[in-house]
Amino acid sequence: MTNTYDAIVVGGGHNGLTCAAYLARAGRSVLVLEKTHILGGAAVTEEIFPGFKYNVYSYVVSLLRPEVIRELELPRHGLQIHPVDSVWSPTEDGDYLVFPTDPAQERDELKRLSLRDAEMMPRFTDVMYKMAHAVKPILGLVPPDPSRQGWRDIRTARGLGKLFSGLDKQTFSELTKLMTMSVDDFLAEYFETDVIRATVGLSGIIGTMLGVRSPGTAYVLLHHYMGELDGAYTAWGAQKGGTGAVSEAIASAAREHGAEIRVDSPVSQVIVKNGKAVGVATESGEEFYARTVVSGCDPNVTFRKLVDPSELPDEVIASIGNFKFRGSSGKVNLALDRLPTFTAMPDPSLMSGSISISPSVEYIERAYDDAKYGGFSQRPAMEVELPSTVDPTMAPPGKHVLSAFVQYMSYDGSDAVDRDAERRDFGNAVIDALAEFAPDLKDVILHKQVLTPWDMEQKIGLTEGNIFHGELTLDQLFFFRPGIGLADYRTPIRNYYQCGSGTHPGGGVTAGPGRLAAMQILGGSK
Amino acid sequence: MARYSPLHSRTGPLCRGSRWEEWSGFLAAIMYELDHVHEYHAVRNGCGLFDVSPLLKYDIRGRDALALVDRVIVRDATKCQIGQVLYSTWCDDDGMVIDDGTIFRLGEGHFRMTATVPILGWLEDAGTGLEAQVSDVSEEIAAVAIQGPTSRDLLQRLTNADLLDLGFFRHTTTEVSGASALISRTGYTGDLGFEVFVDPDDVVHLWDSIMELGGDHQLRPAGTMALDLTRLEGGLLLLDADFRSAFQTTFYVQKTSPFELGLEWMVDMDKDFFIGQQALRTEQERGSRWLTVGLELDVVAMQGFYTEWGMPMTLPQSPWADEVPVYADAEQTRHIGRGTSGSWSPVLKKYVVIARLEPDHAILGTEVFIEEMIEAVSYSVPATVVKMPFYDPPRKRARGVVAT
Repeated sequence: MTNTYDAIVVGGGHNGLTCAAYLARAGRSVLVLEKTHILGGAAVTEEIFPGFKYNVYSYVVSLLRPEVIRELELPRHGLQIHPVDSVWSPTEDGDYLVFPTDPAQERDELKRLSLRDAEMMPRFTDVMYKMAHAVKPILGLVPPDPSRQGWRDIRTARGLGKLFSGLDKQTFSELTKLMTMSVDDFLAEYFETDVIRATVGLSGIIGTMLGVRSPGTAYVLLHHYMGELDGAYTAWGAQKGGTGAVSEAIASAAREHGAEIRVDSPVSQVIVKNGKAVGVATESGEEFYARTVVSGCDPNVTFRKLVDPSELPDEVIASIGNFKFRGSSGKVNLALDRLPTFTAMPDPSLMSGSISISPSVEYIERAYDDAKYGGFSQRPAMEVELPSTVDPTMAPPGKHVLSAFVQYMSYDGSDAVDRDAERRDFGNAVIDALAEFAPDLKDVILHKQVLTPWDMEQKIGLTEGNIFHGELTLDQLFFFRPGIGLADYRTPIRNYYQCGSGTHPGGGVTAGPGRLAAMQILGGSK
Repeated sequence: MARYSPLHSRTGPLCRGSRWEEWSGFLAAIMYELDHVHEYHAVRNGCGLFDVSPLLKYDIRGRDALALVDRVIVRDATKCQIGQVLYSTWCDDDGMVIDDGTIFRLGEGHFRMTATVPILGWLEDAGTGLEAQVSDVSEEIAAVAIQGPTSRDLLQRLTNADLLDLGFFRHTTTEVSGASALISRTGYTGDLGFEVFVDPDDVVHLWDSIMELGGDHQLRPAGTMALDLTRLEGGLLLLDADFRSAFQTTFYVQKTSPFELGLEWMVDMDKDFFIGQQALRTEQERGSRWLTVGLELDVVAMQGFYTEWGMPMTLPQSPWADEVPVYADAEQTRHIGRGTSGSWSPVLKKYVVIARLEPDHAILGTEVFIEEMIEAVSYSVPATVVKMPFYDPPRKRARGVVAT
């Protein structure tokens, strides 16, 4: 068996697999080394409790780049996404908000809360849609380096200038606000109803240790509006068989193109000789060699763990040290004996959509207050999905799985923390908060899995448990991701590349970084 | 005024947007929800429940029942065993397709045909001199279709018949939720699925029994739009979209033969006689005008046309049925046929079209150009001739359980 390849990808997350698939498709011999027993990184689905499949971490798909779906022919490899397109959000006074599937019905639903907001919603959607459409081409670009004046940087920068100069006054002004304001201030310019601001605003703070009233959170809203499904914007979906099946589909495409993929193969370090990456060493003592080494891990692991710091300039070490990870969310997965009853839910079919625990702006801001100095929210904000309501492969007939993405749960790496107690208390707070709206929930729980940011760091190597490989705030996006001069997927070490969510276009199951990194590698070796 | 199906007491209240269309004189729900998307995904992930009672049904009985069926359909009816179902077309004397449907062999001298275009008189005339009685039993038999990966698990809970053992295009007479019923492993979705035929007095109870178990099997009632999208993916032709009935069109250019519809595989030219056979022989000698094929559109090129207008691409989220020009060249100088129905396929993530092209161009892998109107300007979207069905999961025809 050979131990020399054209390229080695460290980490079998969905971006590492994507990069490997593109490299293999271009005829390169590729080896992927994944530390855990399962492919997908944070995009995995596991049968933790017999018969019940949990989307352990990532739970919806929307930002997966259409060109990746097409070029890797993912539907043939098992990609099958069904829409999760309604949002239901209960309020503390027993009322609720629904964003239904149909725009006509949406107006009726919002009118119940505010006639003004019902009229405003299509205008708001239009503005967001226009901005998303304007900004979207950026998702497919290798970021330029503003500190350098290479021909490519100048060309890309000029293209960007053209993109923005084409915007009308209103879109340009809204975009500027979006890049600077807090998500709640931004939404308050459009909506008077608290629960509308809270529910829409929740997407602005996901994966970020900031509150809805913290400046800079509005931009993340736009990031979520760039989701796309079948050509429709802002459409969210769930993969058949769970998010892990997306990773499996990408892995299958990679294998078909000849990539070799190994699980249970943690890499201990990237071997660097004369400032050039030449291979990797695994924890089990094996060595593999390649002309190109790509890290799908987050920037902290890529720059500060996999290579000896002496191989890198001090300022890079420092800059990555300042990159904000700050995991802010936990995950609770439940196996249910039957569907719970959400008291205020007018139509049980809303259970197939998203359930947002965001009863008011103050509720979310207080949840942030709780966790700001450590610990977790006593009454957390949540995004809840029950994928088994539409996907029979997730749970036995009549039974269900519930996925709760929970904000906030802060990261604490100290050895003094009693992890079992932390998980127990956090899990209880989550279930108590959900049970406020679904009182019979506790009677139907067969099994629960509780994950804190610390668990995510331990299990899948996410630094400080940040689900996006670093916060998605403006100072950490595009040519700042993961740092000035580091955003073109290369590193100061020759032949050592990055392809994880810590690079542009960032976190979520987008496969964008994996594809762009592969393009850069293939273009660079011409 | 269209009439209510025997299931209207159930389907009526469920049809939230009151979106109905006419089907053989009855009201059929286009969609129950305000959007067909969830109904479509239910068929591909869980299962969909369709009211297919408006299907026309003809019973053919008697010593010469087989002979009559064999005279009218293009397939070899003598090969149809009791318990088997055939999909076939039937033609007029000119070899032009009147309709397509399923033919059930219920006994030695007992067949049942399902159809969309009424043919009672035609069948009677075709039976002249034969000992066979034809009767229209359309309103004596109601029917539901349950289609999708979980359809078998759900239906199995309501019957003692072993559905795992029921092969593709086979049927069995049994009891379903206490009523006598005919179950066939057939459907119009290109997926695992069944059709259940019962007395109209029993069909409401059957519907209720299925709906009651629905929550355990991700079932949704589904309308004709979800049916249309799934049949398109499954490469199944639709009357009044991909072809028109020879009985409902006047001119030759509007009619099509089974060869032209890509159904050569079913035409048995070796049997002694069937209506239209002589004309089809002539067509074989002279060549067909068109062949029906699948097209896959180049959406990257299409996106480029939209970008010229500063707009994102609009993909058809529900199937269209139209006559869209297809050309051999991007300049649109050489017209070679028409696209007859098409849609973005959510399961394939491709824009697929059924098209009827001149035979020289209806060759797998050939590049053609289909017209796309954007802001009232005609563009030529490159498309590739591909084989149909576009979507064909193993579970559709497999005996036993196949991983979905």
